[in-house]
Amino acid sequence: MNYAIQPEVYAVGDPTPDSPVLVSANYKLSFDHLRREMGGLDAWILVIDTKGVNVWCAAGKGTFGTDEIVRRVELTRLAERVNHRKLIVPQLGAPGVAAHEVKRRTHFGVTYGPVRAEDIPAFVAAGMQATPEMRRVRFDLWDRLVVMPVELVLWGRYALVAMACLFLLGGVSRQGYDSTHLVAIGGRAALLVWMAYLCGGLLTPMLLPWLPGRAFSVKGAVAGVLLAAGVVLGGWLTWAGLAGLLETLSWVLLMPAISAFLAMNYTGASTYTSLSGVKREMRIAVPAQIAAAVIGSALWLAARCV
Amino acid sequence: MLKYLAGVTTLELDVETCTGCGVCVVVCPHAVLAIEGTTARIVDLDACMECGACSRNCPVGALQVDAGVGCATGVIFSALGKDRDCCCE
Repeated sequence: MNYAIQPEVYAVGDPTPDSPVLVSANYKLSFDHLRREMGGLDAWILVIDTKGVNVWCAAGKGTFGTDEIVRRVELTRLAERVNHRKLIVPQLGAPGVAAHEVKRRTHFGVTYGPVRAEDIPAFVAAGMQATPEMRRVRFDLWDRLVVMPVELVLWGRYALVAMACLFLLGGVSRQGYDSTHLVAIGGRAALLVWMAYLCGGLLTPMLLPWLPGRAFSVKGAVAGVLLAAGVVLGGWLTWAGLAGLLETLSWVLLMPAISAFLAMNYTGASTYTSLSGVKREMRIAVPAQIAAAVIGSALWLAARCV
Repeated sequence: MLKYLAGVTTLELDVETCTGCGVCVVVCPHAVLAIEGTTARIVDLDACMECGACSRNCPVGALQVDAGVGCATGVIFSALGKDRDCCCE
């Protein structure tokens, strides 16, 4: 599916050479969202080439940037189409755009519009003034939910591979391979992996403000431990017998490890994690997840062989 | 209010160089900076996500930050030698 649209100057409503110019990325959803939220405003939209990527991601990469805005202003001969020399750039383009540089090179001054397109009518009505709230980025429940699917899809294929492997390994026993165990043992293992994956990739994002710790991996690990405890207390795993003990211990390690890993990777979808912070948390989280996964896997295999 | 790790950001403000133009306050998505008197001040350091909007838009270079994307997947990909610094594209 191609979500990139042609970089160009587009008209919304019935703009004149005095109408404002809003700058947008060439990601179709960004553009459509902007057009829809503008209200009855007559304006020009200067769509720049961000390779079909949305404003904030492209700004972080530099593709929604000074050079591309300058290039597009020149290519579209914008100065011949409007009488004024003002560009309204979405605030989240700022990581990639140096406003004073754009002005120097194009003679178009940059005004940063609100974070959310739905605030544009109020912003324009107030004379291109934003309230402090219009300039804040939040990460409320809905914000957290809409960026979840990307992460779930990215890691889902690995989860399915792990589930398939454990399912097949469920038949392993000291007496050789016995496929009658596949459903009970292998199936249970696959399901527990799936639950841990959802715990880290879906539940932790939902419960983010209420899970303890500031690091995402910690929040995911805690959720994973609670899930494992629930599974044990619910009677689905037993401490009885050596095999039971080994298996239960393995899941007490594996479920938090999987959940913590998924939660840690949710940092990329969040709106407030710094790279320095992510590196700091990973320095501890990654070795811990690897250790728990390796020991947990070893215990699980041991449980098969007793 | 969601807060990430404390004491990690690389954001620095040189108040001597700052002219108080206020662009950093406009572009910051988390109200890290504010104008107090004639210059900007950092008022919520740990809210900084190192997006780089403030430093890129400071016309006098009073702000410095190691800008980057706070994405664990990107860090993993870089460590594995892939040239993508993010999970998307």
